[in-house]
Amino acid sequence: MGKLFRSKRFWLIAPAVVYIAFFMAVPLMQMAYVSVLERGDYGGGNLGAFSFDAYVNFLFERDLMDNLVLNTDYIQIFVRSFGLSAMTMVFALLLGFPTAFYISMQSQGRRNFLIFLVTIPFWTNILVRNYAWMLLLRNGGLIDGVLNWAGIETGGLDILYTPYAVSIGLTYTYLPFMVLPIYASLEKLDHRLVEAAFDLGADKRRAMKRVILPLAAPGIAAGCILVFIPCLGAYVTPELLGGGKFMMIANLIGSQFGAARNWPFGAGLGFVLLALVLIAMLAYSLKFKSLPEEKI
Amino acid sequence: MSEVVISAQSVGKTFGSGAGKVTALKDVSVDIFQNEFFTMLGPSGCGKTTLLRLIGGFEQATSGKILLEGQELNDLPPFKRPINTVFQSYALFPHLTVRQNITFGLEMKSISRDAANARADEMLELVQLADYGDRVPNQLSGGQQQRIALARALAPAPKVLLLDEPLSALDLKLRKEMQIELKRLQTETGITFVFVTHDQEEALAMSDRIAVMQSGEILQVGAPRDIYEQPTHRFVADFIGDSNFLRGDLVDAANGGRAISFGEGRVVNLAADITPAKTKDVSVSIRPERLTITDANAPLDNKLGGTISSITYFGTDTTYRVDLDGGAPVTVRMQNGDGATAPFGKGDRVGVVVPAEAIRVLVD
Repeated sequence: MGKLFRSKRFWLIAPAVVYIAFFMAVPLMQMAYVSVLERGDYGGGNLGAFSFDAYVNFLFERDLMDNLVLNTDYIQIFVRSFGLSAMTMVFALLLGFPTAFYISMQSQGRRNFLIFLVTIPFWTNILVRNYAWMLLLRNGGLIDGVLNWAGIETGGLDILYTPYAVSIGLTYTYLPFMVLPIYASLEKLDHRLVEAAFDLGADKRRAMKRVILPLAAPGIAAGCILVFIPCLGAYVTPELLGGGKFMMIANLIGSQFGAARNWPFGAGLGFVLLALVLIAMLAYSLKFKSLPEEKI
Repeated sequence: MSEVVISAQSVGKTFGSGAGKVTALKDVSVDIFQNEFFTMLGPSGCGKTTLLRLIGGFEQATSGKILLEGQELNDLPPFKRPINTVFQSYALFPHLTVRQNITFGLEMKSISRDAANARADEMLELVQLADYGDRVPNQLSGGQQQRIALARALAPAPKVLLLDEPLSALDLKLRKEMQIELKRLQTETGITFVFVTHDQEEALAMSDRIAVMQSGEILQVGAPRDIYEQPTHRFVADFIGDSNFLRGDLVDAANGGRAISFGEGRVVNLAADITPAKTKDVSVSIRPERLTITDANAPLDNKLGGTISSITYFGTDTTYRVDLDGGAPVTVRMQNGDGATAPFGKGDRVGVVVPAEAIRVLVD
C-alpha cells in the first residue's frame, strides 16, 4: 500500500519536476557557467576562458596601479535593496495582519468573499498598476489634489521618484502575499484557545500577544518571506516609481545584461542574491520546523 | 454546603433572531453552593453548556442575571471573573510548555515568576504529573492533557471551576479513573465545581447535587439519591437509570388512603406522602429493582398478576420481563440468591409485588 501510494505520488509530481528541471534548473546552471567566464566583448562570455572576475568585481575594483581595492558601490545597492525590501515587508505586515485578522473573524461566506477581493489586484497587469500609482502619487496627482482641496497645502507631495514611492508601490503589489498566509494560519487557529486565554484572565491585548501572535507566527514568517524576496528582485516598480534614480538589485542585474554587456557580472550578482535568499530561507525553516503546526 | 456562590436568576438565552431564533435557556433559576460538586446533566441541546458558558462569561444572557457571591456578573468579561474553565477539548496552548500553560493564568494576575513556577509545581504534584513540566501538550496522552487542563484551571485558585464535559474524549477505563480524580481534587481544593455532562452514571458517581435539564429548563435539582429514587418528571426517571412506566387512574381504596388502578381488579396502594396533581391517566414510574416476583397465588397486597415473557441472566442478578394482565409489560430485576436453581421459568404465571413507596407519580 505504501509503495503504491509512493509511486502514485511520484507520477503526480513528475510533470512539475520535469518542467522545473528543464525551465529552471538548466538555465540556472547555464547562468552559473556564464558567471565564471571571462567577459565577452559583445555580451555573453568567452567560452572556455574561466575567470572569477564577476565575483571579485562585486567587492573590489582595480585601481590605476592594478591593485584590488574595496569597492562598496554594489554592496550599497544590495544594502539599499535589502533596506527597501525590509521597509516594504514591515508596511505590508502592518497593513496585512489586521486585514487577515479581520477576515478570519468573519462568517464563512463573507470570509471567502473578502479573500476573493484580496486577490483582485492580481488580475491587472503590473505595468498598468504601476502607472496608476504614478498618477496617484505625482505632484498635482489625485492624492496631492485631494489634500490641497481639503486645505492641506502640500506644495507638491514630492513623493514620486523617491524610495518611499517605490516602497508604497511594492507594498501594494505584494500585500496579498502577506495577507493570504497570515489568514491561513489565523483561520485554522482554534478559537477555543483564545477563549481559554480570556478564561485565564488575559484581556484582548494580552490574548493577542501571548496566544494569537505566537500561533500565527508561521503564517507571519511565511508572509514576510513571500513579500521580502520578490521585493529584492523587483524590477518594474523601482524603474517606474523610483524613476530609475534608485537602482535596486534587479535593475543592476538587468543593466549588466543590457547596457553594460557584462553577462558574467550580471550572472554573478544573480548568484550572490540567490545565496542570500537561500540563507534567509534556511533560517526560516530552522526556526519554524520545530513548531507542532508544521508537522504533517 | 452553606453559602450560595453562584446564583442564576430567571436566566434566559436565545441565539439568532427572526425565523432562525433558537431558545437555548428559558427562565432558569438555580443556586450553587460553596464547596459543592454541582452537575448539570442532560442530553445534547438541553442548554447545559449554554448555562456553563453564561457563568464563564463567554455568552451574554438574554434575560435574567447571574450572581457570584451576591455580585452581578452579567457585564463582567470572562477575564475579570474569578472563574476558570476546563474545556471539552482541553484547549491547551500548543506553543507553550506544560509549565507555561499552568503559569499563564498566574502571570495574568501579575504574580511573580518564582511564585508562579512554585504554584505550577504544586499543581503538577496535585494532578500527579510532577515530571511533565517541560513537555509540550502534543507530547502528552489524552488523559495527561486532561490533567494539565485541570492544573491550569485550578492554578489561579478560582472561586468556581467550570468543567465542560471534560471526560467525554477519554476511554472508559481512563474516564473511571478521572471521575475519582476529579472528586478527590474537588475535596482537596475545596473549590466549587460546576460540571456538565450527558453521562448519568458520571453524574451519579461524582456529584453532591445534580440538575437534570431538558429543552432549556431545569426539571429537578437534588442529590443523586433523590434524583434516582424520587424523580419528579417522566424525563428524569427515564434519563437516569431504568424505569417501568405505567399509566392508571386514581381510586379511593377501602382503607381511606389512595390507590391507583391499572385496570379492572389491578389496583395498588400509593405511599401516603404522594399527592398527584390529577386523578385520571396518571403517569407513574417504578424502578425494576424495587419489584419482586412471587407465586401467583401468594396472599400479598399490591400484587399484579402476569406472565414471564423473557428471562435474562446477568450473574449477580436476573432480569425478568413480565407481561402484566391487561397488556403492559414491566421489567423486574432481582438479585440472584444462592443461585442453585432458577426460581421462575419463562411462561410461568406469577405475581409482581409493587411496594407502595416504589411508585413515583410523575409530571409528563
